[in-house]
Amino acid sequence: MIESLWGALPEALQTTIVIVAKIVAIVVPLMLTVAYYTLAERKVIGFMQVRIGPNRVGPRGLLQPIADAVKLMFKEIILPTNANRFLFVGAPLLSIAPALAAWAVIPFNETWVLADIDASLLYILALTSFGVYGVIIAGWASNSKYALLGAMRSAAQMVAYEIAMGFALVGVLLAGGSLNLGDIVQAQSGSILHWFWLPLFPLMMVYLISGVAETNRAPFDVAEGESEIVAGFHVEYSGMTFAVFFLAEYANMILIAALTSLLFFGGWLSPFQGVPLLGEPSLFWFLLKTAFFMFCFLWFRATFPRYRYDQIMRLGWKVFIPITIVWLLVVGLAVVVELPWWFD
Amino acid sequence: MLENYLPILIFLAIGLAVGGGAMAAGFLLGPHRPDAEKNSPYECGFEAFEDARMKFDVRYYLVAILFIIFDLEIAFLFPWAVVLGEIGMFGFLAMVLFLGILVVGFIYEWKKGALEWE
Repeated sequence: MIESLWGALPEALQTTIVIVAKIVAIVVPLMLTVAYYTLAERKVIGFMQVRIGPNRVGPRGLLQPIADAVKLMFKEIILPTNANRFLFVGAPLLSIAPALAAWAVIPFNETWVLADIDASLLYILALTSFGVYGVIIAGWASNSKYALLGAMRSAAQMVAYEIAMGFALVGVLLAGGSLNLGDIVQAQSGSILHWFWLPLFPLMMVYLISGVAETNRAPFDVAEGESEIVAGFHVEYSGMTFAVFFLAEYANMILIAALTSLLFFGGWLSPFQGVPLLGEPSLFWFLLKTAFFMFCFLWFRATFPRYRYDQIMRLGWKVFIPITIVWLLVVGLAVVVELPWWFD
Repeated sequence: MLENYLPILIFLAIGLAVGGGAMAAGFLLGPHRPDAEKNSPYECGFEAFEDARMKFDVRYYLVAILFIIFDLEIAFLFPWAVVLGEIGMFGFLAMVLFLGILVVGFIYEWKKGALEWE
């Protein structure tokens, strides 16, 4: 019955339905992860500060993210009088769409990738750069001083760290010799010492720290520093419009964690490669590594005090960019002379 | 080849739909009781004065210009990095020259104080 119905559909429609089903299979777990990442954040930071964290809604507070989502849904959405309404409503969309669509090229294991394109790293670079538009348009459209200041700060910080991030990606490209994320992971095959974190160690550090700065997370959260400019670019947003920004920020954090594990830590490859059973590459390793870097985001927030704005700009321009340029040349030379072990 | 990009297009549309759907639900389910105070821009306790789109520090502008130069540089580095294994030492030295010119400019702007935020 179902099969004959399916066969009756035109081929183009069949392809589209399969693609949409795959996208839903990525987006739904991603959204659930975002929801429970917020709970994990509050719990982890709570325990690091010797508190319990949320524990009232549901057993051990497990329904807290659901309660938060429902609450936000029933809140009034305020459109400020002086705001440019079209851009004000459009800005959250510009934030969330790239944050989700970047997942199209993430390989979860050797075969599970939605769009196996050759330019996937370029695509990632393009989409992660896109996030800054949502921020600056939100700040400008709100027509509020705090929002504008937050947006300016945030945009300057994001573009500064984007350069360092881009240079780090070029280093990965040099080492991997391909723009395809799957090929980059395969190029790290061998053992834990073959993963790119070792030959590209400075670039890995720069990438991870820039990733924290890109997503405006503590200790680089001057853009939304609650105690300075109340919430930065999204101060005028309420209810679901705020929630969409929030979703985008957390989806971006998970994306950075996933990319760090793919580019520098062998993605789905096992750290015990060669050992029977335990050495098999699988989705499990990819998720484990991603979860570790997601935890790092929370750990950083609980540990480090906020940077001052001039310190942030100094770190981005005067420390990271020189480091990455020098290390690019080192890696380039290693690739040209085919340094044994990694680049032969 | 190009059909590999179809899922990306659909994914972008679904990304927009997720955001749009969430906000539409908010508009439908939430109350609407606007008043003049609620809809005025946020301020620290007093009424908003002047237009919020005020003058801002020229250094933000400078950062944006510098960003364009460096980001273009990265765009040039991408294809070079992919084929470096094939073009060998000559390709490497050519890029050293190219990066050298960029570094001279970088040192100049550093010395001029374009990167200072005090």
